[in-house]
Parts: sequence; structure tokens; C-alpha cells
Amino acid sequence: MSIRINLTSVLVDDQAKALEFYTKQLGFVQKHDVPMGEYRWLTVVSPDEPDGTELLLEPDQHPAAKAYKEALVTDGIPAASFAVDDVRAAHAELLAKGVRFIQEPTEMGPVVTAVLDDTCGNLIQLTSPAAG
Amino acid sequence: MQVTTCISSAEMGDVYKALADPTRRLILDELAERDGQSLFELCARLATRHNVTSSRQAISQHIAVLKEAGLVSSHRSGRTRVHHLHTEPLREIVDRWLADREDP
Repeated sequence: MSIRINLTSVLVDDQAKALEFYTKQLGFVQKHDVPMGEYRWLTVVSPDEPDGTELLLEPDQHPAAKAYKEALVTDGIPAASFAVDDVRAAHAELLAKGVRFIQEPTEMGPVVTAVLDDTCGNLIQLTSPAAG
Repeated sequence: MQVTTCISSAEMGDVYKALADPTRRLILDELAERDGQSLFELCARLATRHNVTSSRQAISQHIAVLKEAGLVSSHRSGRTRVHHLHTEPLREIVDRWLADREDP
């Protein structure tokens, strides 16, 4: 059996706002946008890997979702983690675009990480390999 | 004067208890390097830099002890709770034994 991760999701409070943030700010590109009643099957991908793993911008409509998200944000726990070439450069670029970080770039063993606010109720971690 | 001394001693007891644990001393080290960290960031630093892989709940308990001793305070930054270092209680240790000493 061959098994792969083709889709993962973040629970967002507003799909239109999320699409704006994940494309305009973070630089993903939209892949699928299928109307599904009140909501959309809305996914984005990395421009470097258009056939790679899709990120589903999923409505946080389950009754437990908001409390769960709130608890993660309170303790600073990211809902998802994405790879960049250089976290420090990405941090500078995103700060200039007005993105809010709750953790500045920090060396954590083999990686450098930073944590930002996706404005949709989640924290997102960025990682890149530590130099050397 | 006598009253001040009594209050001070009571507070100092908590500081010693707080400082007695190596994980709690590491938490203070990391907050001294960067003040205002979330529980997640503190746990990540302890795990990746010091091989302290205690659960988040355990680290949260350590932070509670440090808060009781007045060494750490917490407030909200946006919707995230961040922890700050307060070194004032340590000054009492210096004042009590080191203030008047003239050793090299």
C-alpha cells in the first residue's frame, strides 16, 4: 500500500478573509473553489508545488471548533506549520506587509521557527533549517 | 521594621521553592533571553535546547509556581497568554547577603 498526504486543513472563521490572507499575505495560490451550500470547498497550494498537498480552508462551524481554536491560541500553539527557505527573511517580508507575529524567529535545535496570526483564529508556524 | 522582615521572609520562602527546581531555573533562563513567551514557545525551547520533554501541563504547573513567587507574570498579547520575567524577588537575596560584603 502506498499512502500520501494530499490534503490538510485549517479551521477558519471566514473563508473569503482566509483566502485573502493565505494567498495575498502568505503567497499560496488558490486551487479549488467549489460551492457547497453556505460554504465552499476551498483549497490553496504552494506555487512551487501546484500538484502538492492542498490546504483546505475549512469553516470552523462545528460547535467545538471555536473553543478548541481559542485554547490553542491562548497557549501559543500553532494549528499548522509551513516550510519556507529562510524564516528570518520571511518574517521581515511578512512584517512589512502587516502580518502579526507572536513568536519572532527563534532557533529551536535543527530548525528556526516563528509563529504568526492568520487573522482567522489560528496561529501558523513557519520553519526553515537552522544555518550550519 | 519587624513587620517588613516577616513579610519578606514569607515571600522569600516561595522564591527558594521556585528556584529549587532545575526546570524552573531553565524557564527563567529562557525568559531572560526573550521576555514575553507563550507556553508553546517555552516548551519548544526547553525541548530543543535543554532536552526537557515534560508535558505542557507540567511546564504550566512550573510557571504557576514561578508566578506564586513573583518571578513570572502573565498577560494577554492579542489572544495569546505570554509570560514575563520579574527579577525583583531575586534582589532581596542580594540585599540580604551580598549588599554589605566587600569580598572580591
